[in-house]
Amino acid sequence: MTDKYDMPDARGHFGPYGGIFVAETLMPAITELNEAYQRYLVDPEFIAELDADLRDYVGRPSPLYHAQRWSQHLGGAQIYLKREDLNHTGAHKVNNTVGQALLAKRMGKTRIIAETGAGQHGVATATVAARLGLECVVYMGAVDVARQALNVYRMKLLGATVVAVESGSKTLKDALNEALRDWVTNIDNTFYIIGTVAGPHPYPAMVRDFQTVIGREAKQQCVDQAGRLPDALVACVGGGSNAIGLFYPFIDDKSVKMYGVEAAGDGIETGHHSAPLCAGRPGVLHGNRTYLMADDDGEIIETHSISAGLDYPGVGPEHAWLKDTGRANYVNITDDEALAGFHALTRMEGIIPALESSHALAYTMKLAPTMRKDQIIIVNLSGRGDKDMHTIMQREGISL
Amino acid sequence: MSRLANKFAELKASGRKALIPFVTAGDPYPEFTVPLLHEMVAAGADVIELGVPFSDPMADGPVIQRASERALAHKVGLRKVLSMAMEFRKTDQATPLVLMGYLNPIEMMGYEDFANAAQRADVDGVLTVDLPPEEAVDCVALLRERGIDQIFLLAPNSDAERIAKMDAVGSGYLYYVSLKGVTGAGHLNTEDVKEKLELIRANTVLPVGVGFGVKDADTAKIVANLADGVVVGSALISKIEANLDEPEQAKNQIIALLKSMRTAMDS
Ligand SMILES: Cc1ncc(COP(=O)(O)O)c(C=O)c1O
Repeated sequence: MTDKYDMPDARGHFGPYGGIFVAETLMPAITELNEAYQRYLVDPEFIAELDADLRDYVGRPSPLYHAQRWSQHLGGAQIYLKREDLNHTGAHKVNNTVGQALLAKRMGKTRIIAETGAGQHGVATATVAARLGLECVVYMGAVDVARQALNVYRMKLLGATVVAVESGSKTLKDALNEALRDWVTNIDNTFYIIGTVAGPHPYPAMVRDFQTVIGREAKQQCVDQAGRLPDALVACVGGGSNAIGLFYPFIDDKSVKMYGVEAAGDGIETGHHSAPLCAGRPGVLHGNRTYLMADDDGEIIETHSISAGLDYPGVGPEHAWLKDTGRANYVNITDDEALAGFHALTRMEGIIPALESSHALAYTMKLAPTMRKDQIIIVNLSGRGDKDMHTIMQREGISL
Repeated sequence: MSRLANKFAELKASGRKALIPFVTAGDPYPEFTVPLLHEMVAAGADVIELGVPFSDPMADGPVIQRASERALAHKVGLRKVLSMAMEFRKTDQATPLVLMGYLNPIEMMGYEDFANAAQRADVDGVLTVDLPPEEAVDCVALLRERGIDQIFLLAPNSDAERIAKMDAVGSGYLYYVSLKGVTGAGHLNTEDVKEKLELIRANTVLPVGVGFGVKDADTAKIVANLADGVVVGSALISKIEANLDEPEQAKNQIIALLKSMRTAMDS
């Protein structure tokens, strides 16, 4: 196939995936958002403002760092880290919230809502809302509120109201349900900033477009530093926004392999995991068709991962499409393997990664030794690990 | 003519409006449901909307969410609901039964298998909250071939174009959700509903049911004066929730409420 990749279609379909599956009350709001997205993402003034914010507020471009000591230690491919952990607020999430907040401002919305799992997206949303002086409500599963207490406090400092969601499994999917209920109720003045490439069209395409700055920079930086394109890309996949942000600008470069790393939790075979692409099946949830973790009756199964940001039973529809077409490979890493990746990077390179990103690092530890020393892997270091200190201490039985 | 079309024609001829109760199947336990449906018909219900429990009921307020959770605790899913529908039909061949829920259970079963199963259970209509007409084409065709109506929702912010679209794809009746929000919320604004129904009527010949905000005999009467059908859900399920220790008591209260609505609507 030589055709240029140009997904999705006008109604947000990536092959059979994606689309718009929402209650009728949301349809006018989604149409309004889609019109604004189509209009502003090609508007030179909007793009200039976004670029300036990404540079001066977020701190872009983020470095591409050659992890020489770790590469040598693993004895295979050269590993380059895309340092999204160095962004303002400590993860890739802010690339998207800065973009959507600008859109909200253009659309005249005065109230921002968001869902969050690890709290990174909630913090990134509360941050941009504070900066623009907009009211901000963040929905977070009660289980996540407990395991990410520090981020809850950060959001509150930033002036956001954090609502602990007590329904269902009390995690990210339930936070998304509650945010959708809020949106439907306050549709006239409210902008819903979804944190990943999920939800109804145009969110999967729009969030991707805001995150592709990762891949565009990485491509240029790799050519500048190594004189050529990488051989492989590795990124963790929760909803899939940091992964698609890195992958997308390389989709037509067929020599570049792509690996999306899902959370295997206690192990795929135990059923306690968050790996819909590896072990789920297609269905419809939260506005789009994609791979899901569901039982025979179509009820969504509770997921598990040590990392709250990967603890989601669905995945962005574009990843479902990239899986089916074989353009990207989807693999999985257990909690224990992710912890090993976490410690490896911390000790080898003096960089403390987020538990989400540690899944990508752990897979890199398997992949790099199978490759030649003159080959290149770019790993998306999607966030820093400060927020996870408590989880890791608990897991390893350490108290201060 | 479908059982739904028949029912609405019959009501129209006698100058009455449809009373349409909604309950979640399997709430508070599986054996409660089918006898309740029969008693609701005896109390004056014309059409039954039977909720299919779903783990992630995004468009529902806390009352119906908790009903879903209670039913799911008894493992009541789509297959079980279809068997309840079949059981109901054994002793009631007259009352239209509509399954109301979310798309994923149907997706997982497969549209064709679902359509076949719904036909075997002699279900009359399917209302899928998160399936807008644009995405519904395949499902609607399979259901229509089997004489099953696909019912669509209209919202306060639906414009003439969307109403016409629902009219083209939907059948049986249209369900107007009278306020922006989730089920069980807010108050009925009579003037708003009246105004909106004029726009709806101008764009469809299908009967129109109105729900959200109907909670007692007074609100039922107000809606009956404007629409072809009155949908009541959360107000009934609240009775179940208030009497979890005494389900018979819940049933009595539901029946009493429906009877008072019927009387008010017919007076
Ligand atoms: C640091 C970090 N990486 C990755 C993710 C997963 O999200 P996504 O798959 O959308 O990149 C999160 C989510 O909270 C995160 O905080």
